[in-house]
Amino acid sequence: MGNITLNKVVKAYGKLEVVHGIDLDIAHNEFVVLVGPSGCGKSTTLRMIAGLEDISGGEIHIANELVNDLPPRKRNISMVFQNYALYPHMSVRENLGFGLKIAKQPQNVIDQRVNEAAEILGLSSLMERTPAELSGGQRQRVAMGRAIVRHPEAFLFDEPLSNLDAKLRVQMRTEIKKLHQKVKTTVVYVTHDQVEAMTLADRIVVMKDGYIEQVGTPMEVFNHPVNTFVASFIGSPPMNLLPALIVSGAIWFDENTSIPVPSRLAPHVTEGQEVIFGLRPDDLTPEGHGIHDSGEGTFLELKIDLAELLGTETVLYTQIAGSEVQGKMFVPRDVTPGEVLKFRIALEKTHLFDAKTKKSVRIS
Amino acid sequence: MTSLHKRQVKAVLTWIATFILMIVMCVPGLWVVLSGFRPNREILAKPPVWIPEDLTLDNFAAIFGLSDAQVAIPVIDYFANSMIIAVTSTAIALLVGMSGGYAFARFRFGGKNALFLGLMLSRAVPGIALSLPVFIIWSHLGLIDAPMGLIIVYVALNVPFTIWLIDGFFRQIPKELSEAAQVDGCTRWQAFWKIEFPLARSGIASAGVFAFLTSWNEYALASQLTRSTDSKTLPVGLMDFTAQFTIDWAGMCAMAVIIIIPALILTFLVQKHLIAGLTFGGVKG
Ligand SMILES: Nc1ncnc2c1ncn2[C@@H]1O[C@H](COP(=O)(O)OP(=O)(O)O)[C@@H](O)[C@H]1O
Ligand SMILES: [Mg+2]
Repeated sequence: MGNITLNKVVKAYGKLEVVHGIDLDIAHNEFVVLVGPSGCGKSTTLRMIAGLEDISGGEIHIANELVNDLPPRKRNISMVFQNYALYPHMSVRENLGFGLKIAKQPQNVIDQRVNEAAEILGLSSLMERTPAELSGGQRQRVAMGRAIVRHPEAFLFDEPLSNLDAKLRVQMRTEIKKLHQKVKTTVVYVTHDQVEAMTLADRIVVMKDGYIEQVGTPMEVFNHPVNTFVASFIGSPPMNLLPALIVSGAIWFDENTSIPVPSRLAPHVTEGQEVIFGLRPDDLTPEGHGIHDSGEGTFLELKIDLAELLGTETVLYTQIAGSEVQGKMFVPRDVTPGEVLKFRIALEKTHLFDAKTKKSVRIS
Repeated sequence: MTSLHKRQVKAVLTWIATFILMIVMCVPGLWVVLSGFRPNREILAKPPVWIPEDLTLDNFAAIFGLSDAQVAIPVIDYFANSMIIAVTSTAIALLVGMSGGYAFARFRFGGKNALFLGLMLSRAVPGIALSLPVFIIWSHLGLIDAPMGLIIVYVALNVPFTIWLIDGFFRQIPKELSEAAQVDGCTRWQAFWKIEFPLARSGIASAGVFAFLTSWNEYALASQLTRSTDSKTLPVGLMDFTAQFTIDWAGMCAMAVIIIIPALILTFLVQKHLIAGLTFGGVKG
């Protein structure tokens, strides 16, 4: 059973604490993605699970066994590194078989498992090459092959795609997803790219400054961010965040601009409360060009500053009460800067955060 | 057209410069080697005889005591001393260099930079400046005229250099390789021997050659610390050819040839590693 449990796990380098007592339960065969800006402690957390960093406090269990004091080789995990870490002096075949050879498996077992992994990853024709003779994508595949031959309890990935160019990255992302469907195993995957997190994860763990901000399925994290950090980090283009006041049942931006409080959020706000209004560009659309045109809505006349054509949609830059915001036009027509359009705000999809705690009003 | 022309001129100039440099470096060596095969009278002839007229093995025969022309030199003893001292001190310097280099490249510890700088600075002191203190201490310890005395001195002389060179090589090897090996089932020790050591081999080989040549050729300290065939090395043995009023240049040159040969063979054997080592490009992948 490849379940992994982190219990109040702390990491400190000397006096500097970089991971502050995090709790996390990862189920057997679950694909969990740790995502967050660079320096937030994702790699450190992953390396503590792998046993490559000492744990300064708390407990880590892998397959229900306390592993705090076990070296990496006794944890039955495998890891794919950002720079792949292929052994340069060995052929692809030797790289793949290295772990099994160290474990003193008989040669026929090694051959069978190596060939099986090579088959899955399409490496069969490259077996006698050295890593220097491979392209970036091929190296990436060898690194994954080396991880799967040992049939570990869990795979750990540390930003495995960040050294690839954009096109290959998308392709390998799909391959990793397929691989997980073929080789059912627990995966802990680290990335700073929220798109990767959204597309790959069964569950996303959003981290910031050594704390976990939110854990949830991609849909939960996208639709119900618990605070402004998660709200702005997940989704692209990012969610618009506007300061506002609650005045007599309305969200008040300035003398000229206010909109009704969404009925779903009304019970959670108090008169006079300072809030931050969260609105995804997808939910701010010119009338007739939205994806949520039914349901609770309200309208605002806004002047277009800039239109960015993406083909199936156009990103519109405009302002609400002096703050820059982005909206979207689906099934787009030509828009000229300066044009004033009637925008629909899909109120049911909007968010309110307390201005002081930055937390969603639904939980604070 | 003109750019092609320019490139040709440049190639020719580079070639000529290389040629002149090679002459400057090789001719003295060649002269020594040739003189080893010539009679003393031809070497000392005035005006000089440039092209040898009379090549002979008499000088070598004399050194090994096979002719009656000269007193034999205990060259076998000197050779054995040189070998024992150079090989042992190189082996120790490499062992210390590998451990130290690895520690500097991989571990964080207090005073690391100061220690490293100190090691490098110790190289700035000319060895000969240490000869008197070493002599006094060694004479108290009974290490004068003992191979162990020279071995210790040469290890001390070589260790800063081997640490520095090997540190550079381990630094080039991403630490993730050893981590990947540990995740793959290796102990730290296995990860070192199976992954990091093979990748640093070129660097270790170059460090070894440099250490060996330093010990093999060293004269100044050896001449102070040795007395007899118990510990005299080949370079010190060269002085046996000087008498009060005469110098047997021919014999000395023949002996020099004997000194050069093992160094040449060693360099030849590891030259593949040396080139890889000196160009510092062996591990990228
Ligand atoms: N060996 C170390 N010594 C001191 N601080 C470190 C060390 N390794 C990482 N850190 C710090 O720990 C924090 C988290 O690092 P890391 O886990 O690598 O971040 P991420 O992978 O999320 O980008 C960073 O602020 C980093 O500077
Ligand atoms: Mg990282």
